[in-house]
Amino acid sequence: MGKIKVKRASTTIDMTAMCDVSFLLLTFFILTATARQPEALPVDMPASTVQIKVPDTDLGTVTVGDGGKMFFGVTGPNVRVNMLNRIGEKYGMTFSEEEKQRFSLIEGFGVPLSRLKQLIALEGTARIAPGVQTGIPADSTDNQLKEWIMAARLATAEENDKQMRVAIKGDADEEYPAIKRIIDILQDQDLNKFSLITNLRTAN
Amino acid sequence: MTAMVDLAFLLITFFMLTTSISKPYAMDVAMPDKTEEQDKDQLDVADNRTITLLLGSDNKIEYYMGLLEEPIEGPTVVDYGRNGIRPILLEKIKQIPQITGDPKKGLIVIIRPSDKSHYRNLVDILDEMKIVNAQQYMIGDISPLEIELLEREGIYN
Repeated sequence: MGKIKVKRASTTIDMTAMCDVSFLLLTFFILTATARQPEALPVDMPASTVQIKVPDTDLGTVTVGDGGKMFFGVTGPNVRVNMLNRIGEKYGMTFSEEEKQRFSLIEGFGVPLSRLKQLIALEGTARIAPGVQTGIPADSTDNQLKEWIMAARLATAEENDKQMRVAIKGDADEEYPAIKRIIDILQDQDLNKFSLITNLRTAN
Repeated sequence: MTAMVDLAFLLITFFMLTTSISKPYAMDVAMPDKTEEQDKDQLDVADNRTITLLLGSDNKIEYYMGLLEEPIEGPTVVDYGRNGIRPILLEKIKQIPQITGDPKKGLIVIIRPSDKSHYRNLVDILDEMKIVNAQQYMIGDISPLEIELLEREGIYN
């Protein structure tokens, strides 16, 4: 009788193909992930169960935090330049092409107009250093925030032919009067629909 | 090789999850038109189907039904969330159409944040409106009388 030979299958699997695929996917996801820009005013947003995402375009964001400091930002470089031109016209300021170019890359800012040029001249990391940006004045005597929002809306309408949406991004521990002031500014411009930016609430 | 594939998949999972999670969410709010507001407040809002929520400090709500001078129910102090305001709202939403006898005439919620409430409270209560599916709600300004009420309950500090 001959010996029965049990043929043993090799336990190792060729991983090359799998490895290739996984690295391809990895590269894809790394490249598509947009690097998060450091925010001028980091805020801790409140949570809600809303599932609608914030739109990427035609959005103006008013950020409020750190004891009522107001920051403002709008999406799209060309809209930002247009907005800056309008503000310059309104307040009799002139900006050089380089300043416009630099301003078009600023996502959000919070300085009074008197210090705007100074902010534009700063480098990216120095801009977000604590104490540099003190917020846009929004009180009744000198309401610059209102002018910025108005300019941003007109700029969005002109550049992209769309209505700009306004979103309020507030710190969870911010007291209501600061929010109320923004809502009043928006309502004065007949803007009765806006969004509040929140995080997703995972457990209730 | 196995370790490398493991690591690669771990990273893939991480990037897949973070790309979709990092985006914040937008809660839409519609405010009543300012020019109309004056007439609307005084006209046809029936007292028996309005509930007013006063947002005080320390994450507390005080609510009453009807008019402040002669409330049908309350004023009572409650908490936010599942064990606080939600069961009350759900009960009222069910009850009010039966009282008015018209399914279209449901509960009207008036939200009045006080100066001492936090932004978190406003988002919480608007979220609560979505959860209980309240059809009619609005954000209004608080009156001095109502602030007095909050002070009396010790939730205005």
